Amino acid sequence: MADPKDETPGPTPHDRQVAENLGVSADDPHTSPANPENRISLERQAADAENAEQILRNVPDHIVGVKPRSEREPRRKVTRRVGKKIVEVQSTGHSWDGIEEYDNPLPRWWLWTFYVTIVWALVYALAFPAVPLLKGTTQGFLGYTPRDQVEAEIRRFDEANAPVETRLASVELTDIQGDPELLNYANNAGAAVFRTYCAQCHGSGAGGNPGYPNLLDNDWLWGGSIEDIHLTVMHGIRSPDDDDTRYSEMPRFGIDGLLDDREIDQVTQYVLSLAGLPHKQSLARDGAEVFEDQCVACHAEDGTGDRMQGAPDLTDAVWLYNVDGQADEATIRRIIHDGPFGVMPAWSGRLSESHIRAVSAYVHGLGGGE
Amino acid sequence: MSTTEQEPPRLYAAREPIFPRRVKGKFRSLKWVLMAVTLGIYYITPWIRWDRGPGLPDQAVLVDLANRRFFFFWIEIWPHEFYFVAGLLIMAGLGLFLFTSALGRVWCGYACPQTVWTDLFLMVERWVEGDRNAQIRLYEQGWDARKARLRAVKWAAWLLIGLLTGGAWVFYFADAPTLLRDLVTGHGHPIAYSTIAIMTGTTFFFGGFAREQICIYACPWPRIQGAMMDEDTLTVAYREWRGEPRGKIAKGEATKSDSPAGLKGDCIDCLACVHVCPMGIDIRDGQQLECITCALCIDACDDVMARIGKPRGLIDYMALKDEHAEKTGQEGDSLWRHVLRPRTLLYFTLWSAIGVGLIVALFLRSPYDLNVSPIRNPLYVTMSDGSIRNTYELRLRNKQGEEKTFAVGVSDARGAPLTGLELALEGSEGTVTVAQDATYEQRVYLTAPAGSVLADGAQTGLVLWIEDVESGRRAAVDTVFQGRGR
Repeated sequence: MADPKDETPGPTPHDRQVAENLGVSADDPHTSPANPENRISLERQAADAENAEQILRNVPDHIVGVKPRSEREPRRKVTRRVGKKIVEVQSTGHSWDGIEEYDNPLPRWWLWTFYVTIVWALVYALAFPAVPLLKGTTQGFLGYTPRDQVEAEIRRFDEANAPVETRLASVELTDIQGDPELLNYANNAGAAVFRTYCAQCHGSGAGGNPGYPNLLDNDWLWGGSIEDIHLTVMHGIRSPDDDDTRYSEMPRFGIDGLLDDREIDQVTQYVLSLAGLPHKQSLARDGAEVFEDQCVACHAEDGTGDRMQGAPDLTDAVWLYNVDGQADEATIRRIIHDGPFGVMPAWSGRLSESHIRAVSAYVHGLGGGE
Repeated sequence: MSTTEQEPPRLYAAREPIFPRRVKGKFRSLKWVLMAVTLGIYYITPWIRWDRGPGLPDQAVLVDLANRRFFFFWIEIWPHEFYFVAGLLIMAGLGLFLFTSALGRVWCGYACPQTVWTDLFLMVERWVEGDRNAQIRLYEQGWDARKARLRAVKWAAWLLIGLLTGGAWVFYFADAPTLLRDLVTGHGHPIAYSTIAIMTGTTFFFGGFAREQICIYACPWPRIQGAMMDEDTLTVAYREWRGEPRGKIAKGEATKSDSPAGLKGDCIDCLACVHVCPMGIDIRDGQQLECITCALCIDACDDVMARIGKPRGLIDYMALKDEHAEKTGQEGDSLWRHVLRPRTLLYFTLWSAIGVGLIVALFLRSPYDLNVSPIRNPLYVTMSDGSIRNTYELRLRNKQGEEKTFAVGVSDARGAPLTGLELALEGSEGTVTVAQDATYEQRVYLTAPAGSVLADGAQTGLVLWIEDVESGRRAAVDTVFQGRGR
């Protein structure tokens, strides 16, 4: 197909007149009125020009600054004083709706502040760690590091806390509760210790997990007085690396063949009956005998357990091995069959006496302490 | 001096020193009064005493950063009531909008600290070095003993004012008499000394040397104000139709103020308006960014008009709309027509609505408050007897100047007593004592017996309250009891 330009006839005198009125070239095929493809664009340009003229003719008098330049007063001379001379301020030629941008010089002091910022940046870069190198950064002549500041802050707090920590470590355990300063410190420090070392098993809110006791309730395996809690934290439970640890072991009745499956079913039903939970009566009746033979040594005749051995109370509503906090037949059966062996580490070698006391007081104060 | 010539535009220009001439007149008098009032408020306020009872500061206006309290006469603002301060700031903003749309840059001209302190510094400067002409001579001459002495006296006076300004500032943040004693005896806190040093330095520099540069180049407000003024805004302007063509006139010669057909304008080009201007501009050039509308050129021009027997007001407070009306021989609108218009009335309505809201909130607020956070980790605790316990952290704020004892209780969602729900306070029996002007955190346990509706249900709404055991006044908070149900 041939170039459309070739098919276009040359501009007529009329086309030249139209082009001149619109300020476009009649010889350029992209603007020439002779090219029919330009018709729409040229008509629009003509209409725009006519509209603009119309609008400017009808500007109300009180609106200043929108009239065409020719109908306004001549531009007011703007002056600036330089020493004793008055000089006229030139326009940059940028004008928007009659608002012009003047060509005023910047104040010299701005320039100086700019230089000051450059000097500041150089001094700063020399004084503080600034330039990244292959290993680390330049150190700066002030030798500043935020790490030192943090260490200094920690030292400062440790020094400030030293007297109260010493006192916390030396008073009678039972006196902590009655001493507002010690109790406040123990609760805050204890909460921090708890969240760091205890929350992994007992939960950040101390609500426990299946197999890991809830510390908020009033049911304690090894005792809930502050002395008991303190001892538990110090030496742990069944902790292999502490000779004074609290120790007891429930037999693995199923695994070790001490009871057969039927007997385990029976005693499971009996345990459920002890807590007043739904159970199969016929099995539970036989289970009572099995319980009598195998379990009362630790869990007591009435099933209320023995804190000296960490044997849980089987008659209450709190279950160490549970499903969603509730007793569960299958779980009870599993524990009897497999035997539980929950371990809590001893903390005496890892935490200071004052921190152990702080966390003991904190746990004691969570609502279940005795 | 008035040779107008063109220069190629330069990129940077040094500051042109300005030596404003002394002037007398009604606006100057108003400015003196306002200067005395604003500086008086600033310097004297920290020294006003206000008895709030033992244990509380007796300073009427005190920003107690250490204890996070703001005291203002009988009002005490706690950090959680910061919305009062936010409300005041919004009112300040709207107030500026209101004044700017009605009266132009009246804040800049009369009340801005930069203007007030610069005015004070100018007064000291004239008192030491003399008026405009003496100052120019001193500026242009070389250094000699007299110039050194005058400069030393002036700078010393400025520094003293700066010191007092910085000194007054720190008194808003601590007990003024104690702090003054500490400062004088050298026991003040390093932060107090450094604050005073910074404030002294900035006052000295801004008021003595930077002056109009702050308004023109540093302050954003002139730019914002430009968008708030309209053709009804009263501002300082030159009646060009009356003044031009400017030039010498003979005694008794008729000008445009005598007959509209007068050939000469009233302006005799005496430059009185230019010489008194603290911003160093010529108001006859029209509205300018630099103009802070201090109105001193009005005083200067009125004085000249009186002396040549022409009516006052060649330079005057005027709306731009009026200038166009007067040019065509019509009367301008009245002052009230300019000030009372929808825009200003709207600003005033918003401003006063927020003000009334703040005052109502101030009177409705309780002298103590209660916050209750139910502990959600875990949601509830099963006790050994099967009962269900919920734990709540109560935050009691006693905003009074005396120790208060509160009973803590629980009601159902409609406020009726709840039976069966047992309430216990951690480490306390029955009541909670909160020291004066303090916050106390108390853990509270609610235990619902096994099998009860509360224990077996999901969430039950209830109300925890505290009651001042003396007055019986209560503060209550709605909360929920979480049972084992889902």
